[in-house]
Amino acid sequence: MISGYLITILIIIVIYAMLAHSLNIITGRAGQISLGHAAFFGIGAYTSAMLYTEAGFPFWISVPMAAVVAGIVGALLGIPCLRVRDDFLAITTMGINFVVEAIFLYIPFFGGAMGIGGINLPKWFGREMTKPEYFILILVVFFLLILMDRRMGRSWIGLAWASIREDEQAAGAMGVDVVRFKVLAFILGSAIAGLAGGFYAHFLTFIMPQNFGFGQSIVVLSMVVFGGIGTRWGPIVGAIILGILPEVSRPIMEYRILIYGVLLLAMMRFQPGGLLGSESILSKVFRRTVYRLSSSE
Amino acid sequence: MALLEVAALSKEFDGLRALDGVSFTAEEGEILGIIGPNGAGKTTLFNLISGIYPSSAGEINFQGKSILRMKTHQISCLGIGRTFQIVRPFQNLDVETNVLVACGHRFYPSLWKSTGPFRQPEIVKEVQILIERAGLRPYAKQIAKNLPLGFKKRLEIARALALNPHLLLLDEPSAGLRFEESAQLMGLIRQVRDQGIGVLLIEHNMQVVMDLCKRIVVLDHGSKIAEGSPEEIRSNPLVIQAYLGKEA
Repeated sequence: MISGYLITILIIIVIYAMLAHSLNIITGRAGQISLGHAAFFGIGAYTSAMLYTEAGFPFWISVPMAAVVAGIVGALLGIPCLRVRDDFLAITTMGINFVVEAIFLYIPFFGGAMGIGGINLPKWFGREMTKPEYFILILVVFFLLILMDRRMGRSWIGLAWASIREDEQAAGAMGVDVVRFKVLAFILGSAIAGLAGGFYAHFLTFIMPQNFGFGQSIVVLSMVVFGGIGTRWGPIVGAIILGILPEVSRPIMEYRILIYGVLLLAMMRFQPGGLLGSESILSKVFRRTVYRLSSSE
Repeated sequence: MALLEVAALSKEFDGLRALDGVSFTAEEGEILGIIGPNGAGKTTLFNLISGIYPSSAGEINFQGKSILRMKTHQISCLGIGRTFQIVRPFQNLDVETNVLVACGHRFYPSLWKSTGPFRQPEIVKEVQILIERAGLRPYAKQIAKNLPLGFKKRLEIARALALNPHLLLLDEPSAGLRFEESAQLMGLIRQVRDQGIGVLLIEHNMQVVMDLCKRIVVLDHGSKIAEGSPEEIRSNPLVIQAYLGKEA
């Protein structure tokens, strides 16, 4: 039987993987840097929590609504972001994160610094879900998201995103509606982050504004960059490694952010494409091993 | 009706007049040369026609319709393809995929259709024909950034042709190319013209311009200083002065 501690870690890792995957749509696929992704994670968590605790909606409605609301807000905030690029976009998205966090913190409607409690795990078959059941639920949802990502990657939408990531002006000159596809990336990325936020709120049962601050955005961005920005599996690998890291390094917990920073610097220096990105050392070693094994046979 | 009509077109950048009241027309099946010294406003003119910059004043009509307030992608979908002075292929995509991008607007008009796979047999077939025409067939699966400059320029033309254009804007296509590469590229441009596509050609290589164009527009310091046949341009004192400077 899996211990409660282990299942908690696994659930958190899947939620982070979902979040990293959602950021990868905006930053990796469409090439739009975002330093404020935790804002949409928070919007999803707060939407789900408010609908569940205040309006009495069940989990099965509040969590999908979290995705819808985060997607709508993502579209609204994505539109002003279309006017800026690169470092200006990074600053704008960072600002969005601070504003959203401040709204949660200073508007009493959202529970202020005390946050929102009393959010429970979902019920099914007349009882509350166990943690392993919840883990399987979010794993299935995540699997469906990966399938969707696979389809997107092979679709015209995926190609339009790739062209925008490569060269926005040239993409426009080749007939790609840059605004449409950028907004679509913001909507999808924000909606999936909102969905992850809904799952997060119902798992933690208590949320507060600090869970969705700028630091959280950097953690998610680290996962994407570490694993391999723009790749399908990179952000997931990043979420697994950086998700496990704080647990195995509990004795030096205070240095967590420092460790993340050093890891990011090391990645930029030695493996800028990420663990599974272009020029990946891992894939080179893998290919070399396969070649050696096949030639020795 | 002319294919393209540019009337009194101007562009200012923070007080600097990059283009000042330029007017000309271009016809189908014609290669119109746009020449002028560096900083004359040639690339600015292309950026205005293709919608990358908004104009400060003037009018641009394409097939009798104003395109002045249109976005870049709307203009390209209408049938104006372009290449760039400094080549800008999608560097990390292969040659075939680069050309596929420009086919998109015809095959995926709605967002719903855009969820379909981009490698559909009919599109790939069309792309392969364009790649063949551009002489890039052996390099179809090569990543664009690994191609030599001459092939990158051909790729840009193949990509622009995938838009099914009526007008092609070519910005210094022979710059940086060896003589043989340049000659091959000129052959491709002639083929394009023979298809009935209008071509606006910015070029510094006068031999190329004089060989390809029946009509030439000369810009200097943002203004049009001359327009006419290669012979007229060659003997125009204003053009000689713009290129060689005033006699002391």
